[in-house]
Amino acid sequence: MAQRYQNIVIGGGHNGLTCAAGLARAGQSVLVLEAAEDIGGAARTREFAPGARVSACAHLLHAMPADLAVELDLAGNGLDYAAQDMRTVSLSESGETIVLHGSTAQGKAVSEADAAAYARFNEDMQRFAKALRPVFEDIAPELSIETWRQRLTLLGLGLRVRRLGRFHMRELLRIIGMNLYDLLDEYFESTQLKGAIAMDALLGGEWGARSMGSVLTYLYRVAGYQRNGGIGVALPKGGMGAVSGALVGAARAAGAEIRTGARVTQILVENDRAAGVELDSGERLDADCVISNADPKQTFLKLVSVDHLDTGFVRQIKNLRSSGKAAKLHLLLEGAPRFKGVEESGLGSRLIIAPGMDEIELAFNPSKYREYPAAPVLEITVPSASDSSLAPQGQHVVSAVVQYVPYDDSPDEDANRAAFLETVLDQLERYAPGIRGQVLAAELLTPRDIEREFGISGGHWHHVELVFESFLFNRPIPALAQHQAPIAGLYLCGAGCHPGGNVMGIAGRNAAQQVLKGGH
Amino acid sequence: MIADTQNNQRPLTERPILETPFFESYKHLIQNDRYQEWSGYTTLESFACEGQEYFAVRNTCGVYDLCPMIKYDISGPDAERYMNRLVTRDVRKVVPKRVAYSLWCDDNGHVIEDGTVFRFSANQFRLCCAERQIDWLMDSAIGYDVAISDVTEDIAGLAVQGPISCTILKKMGFAGIEALKPFQLQHFSLDGCEVMVSRTGFTGDLGYELWIGAERAKKLWESLFAAGQPYGIRMIGSTALDMLRIEAGLMQVGDEFMSCLQTVRLGRDRTPFELGLDWLVDLEKGHFNGRRALLAARTKGLKRKLVGLDIDWNKQADGALIYSSEDAKRQIGEVTSALWSPTLKQNIALAFIDAPWFEGEQEMWAEIYLHRECMWERKMFRCRVTRKPFYSPERRTLTPPNDM
Ligand SMILES: Cc1cc2nc3c(=O)[nH]c(=O)nc-3n(C[C@H](O)[C@H](O)[C@H](O)COP(=O)(O)OP(=O)(O)OC[C@H]3O[C@@H](n4cnc5c(N)ncnc54)[C@H](O)[C@@H]3O)c2cc1C
Repeated sequence: MAQRYQNIVIGGGHNGLTCAAGLARAGQSVLVLEAAEDIGGAARTREFAPGARVSACAHLLHAMPADLAVELDLAGNGLDYAAQDMRTVSLSESGETIVLHGSTAQGKAVSEADAAAYARFNEDMQRFAKALRPVFEDIAPELSIETWRQRLTLLGLGLRVRRLGRFHMRELLRIIGMNLYDLLDEYFESTQLKGAIAMDALLGGEWGARSMGSVLTYLYRVAGYQRNGGIGVALPKGGMGAVSGALVGAARAAGAEIRTGARVTQILVENDRAAGVELDSGERLDADCVISNADPKQTFLKLVSVDHLDTGFVRQIKNLRSSGKAAKLHLLLEGAPRFKGVEESGLGSRLIIAPGMDEIELAFNPSKYREYPAAPVLEITVPSASDSSLAPQGQHVVSAVVQYVPYDDSPDEDANRAAFLETVLDQLERYAPGIRGQVLAAELLTPRDIEREFGISGGHWHHVELVFESFLFNRPIPALAQHQAPIAGLYLCGAGCHPGGNVMGIAGRNAAQQVLKGGH
Repeated sequence: MIADTQNNQRPLTERPILETPFFESYKHLIQNDRYQEWSGYTTLESFACEGQEYFAVRNTCGVYDLCPMIKYDISGPDAERYMNRLVTRDVRKVVPKRVAYSLWCDDNGHVIEDGTVFRFSANQFRLCCAERQIDWLMDSAIGYDVAISDVTEDIAGLAVQGPISCTILKKMGFAGIEALKPFQLQHFSLDGCEVMVSRTGFTGDLGYELWIGAERAKKLWESLFAAGQPYGIRMIGSTALDMLRIEAGLMQVGDEFMSCLQTVRLGRDRTPFELGLDWLVDLEKGHFNGRRALLAARTKGLKRKLVGLDIDWNKQADGALIYSSEDAKRQIGEVTSALWSPTLKQNIALAFIDAPWFEGEQEMWAEIYLHRECMWERKMFRCRVTRKPFYSPERRTLTPPNDM
């Protein structure tokens, strides 16, 4: 008879691995089943052209809790950084750059008033993100006041906010539901500065600077910086796959088993309990608990038979917003790119093309109607500038997030992708003249490609849109906010859970905690 | 997935309140213009005298126009799984040619509505209910290979109820109808056109429901009334039907409970257990909508329950509040439907009563307001929990029924 596991984790994304490590460290048997041949999900390094390796999806590490990295000894398991505390450089066609670092903003376009405002803005946002820390890290409280524990959790949260003092509390309550466009207008003059700041809040989502809740996603980002142990924005050595590699090491060391090339086709339910899984090979594996790292839509609309789910639940899952808007561009260049206003020594920075908030909105608009932007906004890294192992000698790789690319499942998908790659290269050419001529290989992954390659419904950065109505006790839906599904023994541990996406492992860690608490 | 009928595609402005396919046939019987709108149709509270209409069903035969009942046809390879997940009963046990009264709940185990499930074959069902449910039915279809169509306007229905109903249907030429058992259905031919007959009804009496393509409605009505005329067959309206269903102890959406999809106030939703319909809930059949919530509710115990009341004296207790003592200090429930029962000569009511009073062991009082010669008087009457159905004659289930 086949071995029975206490836990099966569906998906070896970084959250699945974190969850598996947590369970294994608590002495439980765990089997991770990953569909892809390679582990790590959207936190993976791969070769896209001979000798050219990039972080295939996520490329910058900035939100992982320092204590998690220590707990799982990620350093001991091989995680190192090629760059830390990277500067953010906002590019311009004229070559006038703005450099953001810590609480300073520098550049010709930054007035004295703006520089002072940036320091103040930073201080304010740090304060608010800190007050909301449990909101961004802990298991979501239940929206219920039936038990004392529930009441205390909600009360505690209220108290933290209250402790900001009357002035700051009011300010937080004023801005929390606001859009970033208006907020940044209150602080700053410089168009370019506002564009650069806004990008932090907008990457990955189907929302723009003017969208409600963009202040919340900005604070979400700031909270990540606060907990990451001072690495700021970092490039893992060897690409994002190194994070997953270290997590694999931690999980295996604790006794977890990991299988790749094992696609789960069904979550088995017996007597209203998760009983195991079935693989595409037909193999059946039994477990007391099944924890899904796959996104909620895939988990509940594809892997669980609808016979076991209630209509209202299914309706909510189906209505989840999960249309990805971030594409990924990978280039192999014959030499170092020459961005206007950036020295070669500055290539280790995080480069932003977002001339202003209006330009961001203009790039967002067409994507709402499944069209491609004419002047895309980008977050660019040249990882080979800090990590020579990624590209052949003398050559460079570029890894860029192209924001506001529609999920395109039209018959013209291939032609559209090819045409849009030209648009993106044209845009780059404006900021880095000559870059087109340097391209040896290029790859553009649209949200649809990301869905295919990484198994994420809609190819969404956060699995499920990170918006107010899908946050905290509503993430992804109220019935799943504490990781536990209505079916006993079935849990969710991926980015679709509270608190959301990014490479940080929080959802995985919290899910493990819930599984352990839930008992078997 | 939804095949709309032609009527639904006409712009709303062109379809004011509809007349049922039988309306032309019985129009000449309407004597008092007491109309009522029901799901978009003109229906009648009574044709002439509700007392006579009531007694027609208890003594001879009364006919009620069922056309406004909402009817959904559900078919496809997954139809059985779909239905079994939708309703609280085990649909697998409802064999083809049977009908099952059932409930369906939301995720919280609160009742959306009750209705009848007709099973025509392995993969074909019809759901009949009083209110429109298409959005819930369509959402419930996510993940199933089923087709759902609203056939409300395509199918005309008549309830033929009362001790002589079987005799009349036999006269109409429905040979062998006497063999039809309660909740069975059978197809008959009427001048070469198919009529489906189910032994179902809402009166607690012997009775049948006849279903036919809307375009043949007139023919059906004429044959029925020609055959029934010597027996005093008569059309009945909703007032008489309401009296009949209260005697039969049958609840009605909108009176005993609100659909949980429509409530806005906290605590207005009802579980099947609160409605006293435990027997309709099969917690052992596997998962269905609301099952987990219902399991939890069962462990928690009941706070209130729908019961039958017998109230002293003869003043109908409409809307009466129920108290634990004559001084009306503590309210323990309220009446949802009340009737001075003409057959039982008893003052009966359906009422929601709190625990533990619904067990029927403690004293209870009904507060009844009487309007007498333009003045209100408030009276307290003793009442007690009594068996439901209040009235259930043997002929209701007797097969074959007595030939009259
Ligand atoms: C273009 C883009 C750029 C990004 N850039 C950054 C960034 O720079 N920094 C950052 O922090 N975040 C970034 N993100 C977000 C980040 O990548 C994700 O939020 C995060 O990786 C999600 O991790 P996860 O473990 O929850 O899920 P995933 O990484 O999606 O892992 C899920 C895993 O489950 C597997 N799986 C799915 N279905 C099955 C099945 N049926 N059977 C077996 N296995 C299955 C998948 O193959 C996958 O490995 C980016 C996202 C995108 C789309």
